[in-house]
Amino acid sequence: MKRVYVNEEWCLGCHLCEYNCAFANSGLSDMVKALKDKEIYPRIHVEEDNKIKYAVSCRHCDDPLCVKSCIAGAITKDENGTVKIDTDKCVHCYTCILVCPVGAVSHNENGAAMKCELCLENSCGSPACASGCPNKAIVYEERE
Amino acid sequence: MGIEFIYPEFEVVRNQNRCIGCRVCERQCANEVHTYDADGKVIISDDAKCVNCQRCVSLCPTRAIKIVKSDCRMRENANWADDTIKEIYKQANSGGVLLSSMGNPKPFPVYWDKILINASQVTNPPIDPLREPMETKVFLGKKPDSIERDENGKLINNLSPQLKLELPVMFSAMSYGSISYNAHKSLALAAQQLGIYYNTGEGGLHEDFYVYGENTIVQVASGRFGVHDDYLNAGAAVEIKMGQGAKPGIGGHLPGTKIVGDVSHTRMIPEGSDAISPAPHHDIYSIEDLRQLVYSLKEATQYKKPVIVKVAAVHNIAAIASGIARSGADIIAIDGFRGGTGAAPTRIRDNVGIPIELALAACDQRLREEGIRNQVSLVVGGSIRSASDVVKAIALGADACYVATAALLAMGCHLCRTCQTGKCNWGIATQNPELVKRLNPEIGSQRLVNLMTAWGHEIKELMGGMGINSIETLRGNRLMLRGINLTEKELEILGISHAGE
Repeated sequence: MKRVYVNEEWCLGCHLCEYNCAFANSGLSDMVKALKDKEIYPRIHVEEDNKIKYAVSCRHCDDPLCVKSCIAGAITKDENGTVKIDTDKCVHCYTCILVCPVGAVSHNENGAAMKCELCLENSCGSPACASGCPNKAIVYEERE
Repeated sequence: MGIEFIYPEFEVVRNQNRCIGCRVCERQCANEVHTYDADGKVIISDDAKCVNCQRCVSLCPTRAIKIVKSDCRMRENANWADDTIKEIYKQANSGGVLLSSMGNPKPFPVYWDKILINASQVTNPPIDPLREPMETKVFLGKKPDSIERDENGKLINNLSPQLKLELPVMFSAMSYGSISYNAHKSLALAAQQLGIYYNTGEGGLHEDFYVYGENTIVQVASGRFGVHDDYLNAGAAVEIKMGQGAKPGIGGHLPGTKIVGDVSHTRMIPEGSDAISPAPHHDIYSIEDLRQLVYSLKEATQYKKPVIVKVAAVHNIAAIASGIARSGADIIAIDGFRGGTGAAPTRIRDNVGIPIELALAACDQRLREEGIRNQVSLVVGGSIRSASDVVKAIALGADACYVATAALLAMGCHLCRTCQTGKCNWGIATQNPELVKRLNPEIGSQRLVNLMTAWGHEIKELMGGMGINSIETLRGNRLMLRGINLTEKELEILGISHAGE
């Protein structure tokens, strides 16, 4: 399946991916209206220290620990391989956040677990982090 | 030392109604213009540090930033312009030579913009390049005086080594050191894909780039940095740099702070030592001396590679070109006074040299008159900005053009003209690893390929309009050009008629 991959070599640590993600999932058409004076809850996070920078988001694992560990059955893997969270079913136990081996699960402003769902169901249609990355550090592609 | 204050040249205008506080501007500015004020939850900007490179403007996701020229001006004076006065202040403060980067920005005439191109109407048909084949291939190098045949009447191959270009454009010399590893890699990848050449400049050739040798011109300049046997034989041609359009008559100086790691290794000089290229080649004081170096390089490369001699366009350029043609060089590259640089003394950049259009016309004319035009190819550079500049240059007599500023722009340069600071926010004119990585060669090379592909289409369209289907037919075809708003003398030097004639 096509996934979001990060080329650490080209990550500038500009954090634009986080803002593009938050905007893409806001449901609004204007970024200023969507993000101004608000705490953002992106589904991708730039991890960085002085030596290294890279963005982290859901790997859509073949055998996802989050799906196995979800006590509410809120996390599923669909027929295309995309791992999704049903926020209505989520009971905010955060087991998924604890078990995710890459730290890709977080929560939204209401406390429900949240993670990258590849922008497939929002207005973008393909991952906003990848299309908005200024240096092709984030790409959305098929790999072996 | 008195009052040093000069009001900042630019002002950063932030639309607080649009700023979402994402801090991209802060993270991306190597000049540290923007800082986040946690108390007020706003980003504040220090105008004094801004060089107007537009990195923050380009990356701001909500278009909240613009950079404007400050309107805090000195009292108007037609003789003492604002910049002139501020330069005096700077020198009164520092006692130093003013430095600048990129090409001459002064309002000298741009002759390309005073030349118009012909098109076919009624009596001779134009050609549609989308339907009919068009040839833009060019071969650079010495062409034989005559056709020779053996006793059986078969042709004897007496052709000197040639460079084959799919388009009459090459990327001109920019050294590794003055520009970054990723900028060089972008140029090399693009040249390979386009079937043209890029030029190492005087910084040697990084070992990673030997694989692009077939599309590389290696340069030998007065400092001889990075020159050794493998280097000379790695490229497709060797260029002797006698001068540079942006700074004719002086050498170069890459500060020790940029001579780090691979740059030091590639240049074959110790880390931290200044790379100073002398003004003259200390072994060249005559055409005869130049001939010795030309033949030394030919000897070193087994006479398999053409030798280019690059000079700046100066007052006696036609006579100089004639001398170079007789030195044994295969190609003459002439660099006009608007050519770019990583750093040059401002006074020299802005006042020395002549426009490439006039130099080209004068050289082509002189070489024809002397019957030696076939002995050399002419390559011209120094602010070739578009496909129409290329077409006009070819019609004035050039075999091909060198472009560098346009290539830098394609890679992201915003012509802020502060290359000399080494803090290029676009990852081009810097050796800081954090800044260098901002230019991903995959993107850089693709944009270069796009630009040259676009120019290729435009060159064909312009040629087709004139009813010409081969770039060879356009070369020196000055009947295809007319001048506008030019004096008799200018028309005479350019060898073209006035519009309407």
